Amino acid sequence: MRVTIEVNGRTVSEEVEDRMLLVHFLREQAGMTATNIGCDTTSCGACTVLLDGESVKSCTVLAAQADGHAVTTLEGLTGPDGDLHPVQRAFREQHGLQCGFCTPGMIMASVSLLAHNPKPTREEVRTGLEGNLCRCTGYHNIVNAVVDASGQEVAQ
Amino acid sequence: MSIVGTRVVRVEDGTLITKGGTYVEDLRHEALTGAVHATFVRSPVAHARITSIDTSEALQAPGVVAVYTAADIDLAPGQAGPVAQPWLADGVVRYVGEPVALVLTEQRYQLADAAELVDVDYDPLEAVASIDAALADETLLFPDLGSNVAQVTGGEFDEHAFDDCEVVVTETIVNQRVAPAPLEVRGAALAWGEDDRLTVWLSTQNPQLARTIIALGLGVGEERIRIVTPDVGGGFGAKIGSDPEPVVLGWAARRAGRPVRWTETRSENLTAMTHGRAQQNTVTIGGRRDGTVLAFRLEVVQDAGAYPRTLFLPTLTELMASGVYHFPRVETSSKGVVTNTTPISAYRGAGRPEATAAIERAMDLFAAEIGRDPAEVRRTNFIRPEEFPYQTPTGASYDTGEYAAALDRVLEAGGYHQLRAEQARRREAGEPVALGLGLAAYVEITGGDGGGESGRVDVNPDGSLTAYTGASPHGQGLGTSLMMLLSDQFGIPLERITVRHGDTDEVPTGVGTFGSRSLQLGGSAVRRAAETVIERARALAAEMLEASPDDVVLDTDRGAWHVRGAPSSATVGWADVAARAGDGELSEDVWYDEGTPTFPFGAHLAVVEVDTLTGKVVLRRIVALDDAGPVVNPLAFEGQRHGGLGQGAAQALLEVMSYDSDGNPTTATLADYSFISATELPDFELLHMATPTTRNALGVKGIGEAATIGSTPAVHNAVVDALAHLGVRHLDMPATPLRVWQAINDARKAD
Ligand code: FES
Ligand code: FES
Repeated sequence: MRVTIEVNGRTVSEEVEDRMLLVHFLREQAGMTATNIGCDTTSCGACTVLLDGESVKSCTVLAAQADGHAVTTLEGLTGPDGDLHPVQRAFREQHGLQCGFCTPGMIMASVSLLAHNPKPTREEVRTGLEGNLCRCTGYHNIVNAVVDASGQEVAQ
Repeated sequence: MSIVGTRVVRVEDGTLITKGGTYVEDLRHEALTGAVHATFVRSPVAHARITSIDTSEALQAPGVVAVYTAADIDLAPGQAGPVAQPWLADGVVRYVGEPVALVLTEQRYQLADAAELVDVDYDPLEAVASIDAALADETLLFPDLGSNVAQVTGGEFDEHAFDDCEVVVTETIVNQRVAPAPLEVRGAALAWGEDDRLTVWLSTQNPQLARTIIALGLGVGEERIRIVTPDVGGGFGAKIGSDPEPVVLGWAARRAGRPVRWTETRSENLTAMTHGRAQQNTVTIGGRRDGTVLAFRLEVVQDAGAYPRTLFLPTLTELMASGVYHFPRVETSSKGVVTNTTPISAYRGAGRPEATAAIERAMDLFAAEIGRDPAEVRRTNFIRPEEFPYQTPTGASYDTGEYAAALDRVLEAGGYHQLRAEQARRREAGEPVALGLGLAAYVEITGGDGGGESGRVDVNPDGSLTAYTGASPHGQGLGTSLMMLLSDQFGIPLERITVRHGDTDEVPTGVGTFGSRSLQLGGSAVRRAAETVIERARALAAEMLEASPDDVVLDTDRGAWHVRGAPSSATVGWADVAARAGDGELSEDVWYDEGTPTFPFGAHLAVVEVDTLTGKVVLRRIVALDDAGPVVNPLAFEGQRHGGLGQGAAQALLEVMSYDSDGNPTTATLADYSFISATELPDFELLHMATPTTRNALGVKGIGEAATIGSTPAVHNAVVDALAHLGVRHLDMPATPLRVWQAINDARKAD
């Protein structure tokens, strides 16, 4: 079937298998490989992207379901002049990443979290990111990064 | 102004936060054009004879290029410790997840369908699914071995070892099997070139070691293998070197005449990647009622899994048995047994967390038995600062340590006495939510493999620097740390320094990253190379400044040479020196093997709340002091500690790879395996102390595993402590609500 998705502002229209997952469409058809796959049970959140602005696990959405919609991945977050999004900047500043594998999903989930709750408490950040697993950081600096990106003081 | 010791954001991050890393799956290299996709058909049963494999239907499936079984493979079998490990199961399968066949298809989407059609008949054998079953020796995994016990050390104990003790406590402690679960699963991409060399893009911690393993497996010279390590999404010990799969894939790429790509699924990863820990440790501790320990005995049984790859784990546990304590008598023994489970290998700490868990639980059991505070009992037995270097009865030579100071700082910062008062108040009031305080004092060994590391430094014609390291960082931020060291030495800004690693054609010798060795050995190597290059540059600068080499100095603030005492007169920059240098004159490649093992140490305090009605444990606080000597980049150093604390706490509270009595894994998806999330961890409270070592050029110790080692027993002890007033003396990890509730119930019944 033919699927047309606006990926990071660019229209990508491809003939794909019915069962193709959005994450594979993004990685193979759209050539956006930042979005990673960390599991096969919708548990890890490494594949998190924004679908019409809302965060989804793209391993759990069929490409066909995103037909006619807009998707933003990590690559679409950086401004036209290479300006970092506040969440990207904060992840670097707060050392919110180590191996980087969870990072694209973690950053997209954080962007979505802040869209719904612009000034979250640390506890709210933890709850909001429960579906995004990281093996490297122990989450402490990820919480710092989200708090920092929200413009609040990082106390820890 | 020195940059070393200041907080520097990582150079590695720029790409990772904008485009994402380039992991094996992300490679779009032209050599991989037209690659076939690969998946392994794996055994669904723990122990069985394979009576037949029928691949005919699979071969007819859409897109199938080939299906290979053991019958096709013409390689000598690999060796896993004392036994042979077939590349694909040959006649017998010995664990759920063992590779049985390899399927190659044109499209990734065709893999699962084709693999389904490989028809394997299994004739079940009795499964050996636990240490006890293995020790019973009724069913043997390898009849030729004559036993399931694959390795024995020590065990000739002095029957009078505990004679002079007023109190002796013994307990068998399970250090449960866990899954390393790096967020990136295993993967490889392989292509044979026209030059008959195989390039393997591999998610590994050690490219050079992987080259050796793959060359050996394929029966070709190492010069015919090139390993390229792209970004690696975490390893934690489970990506050391190469697993058997890449050997099979390299063979298949040749046989099929096509490049091959392979990425396992997560569910596959949870049984097919090695697991960690899996020890059963019996501790016996004896001493006086004043808190002095006189004798300690540790009997280790290591579940090695089906193919015993890593039998150094139990002996490393023995080496570190007595921890931070000066015990007059220490006795250890170990057995490594095979079971019908996933093979065990290194996982963050690899042998040392098990030792620490055993001794730190033992100290608490002893303290509880004599009715003294566990902090006080620890303090009574610590090795004192003036005793270093300290030779332990088990053969370790500790370099430096301030064990009592570390514990005191943690108790002070944590408000230990106030917490004890609050605990007493809750107990008095009969509150259902109990407070538990857990301590762990630890020492560990880093760079313990005794090998060296390579380091090369080049001054480029434009005056920039390129360094090459045999270490293979994959999230630790070592690249930035090395750049900081070089920046200080040369006076060249970070932007003009590049650190390269991971391609065996570019860095032909190296050991790689494991055992927290990278900075102390890799860093020392690069520093040593830099020193040589700087001395050669000095001679060149002296000629240009028309002075004697002894009279020229390098101003590391400006990266410029000048005559001593005349900083504002003529100067010579790095580009000037490079222009004068002959070919290769400002390049030095060293092998640094003078570094001997170092012994980081620390103390952790964990505070938990346990709902005694439901058994639910909430980890409220961790106060941690981890001393690994001087710190190059505090940002990366703290990050390593955070990650370690998270993984350590995860083992104490949540994570376990479980098997039923038939050897079926019951936690083999990420939906079933209790991978720790952000909601289950508190903010970490870190304290700082830096006691240098004398054992390498930088004075540093390793920090990669330290916090994992301390945090597991601290959290574990906290849970037991919370329940002490209910009569609970010990319970095994992980402290899940069910376990905790059962422990409370059992104690009540016994009462
Ligand atoms: S890949 Fe794990 S949730 Fe999507
Ligand atoms: S940074 Fe490695 S998994 Fe999160």
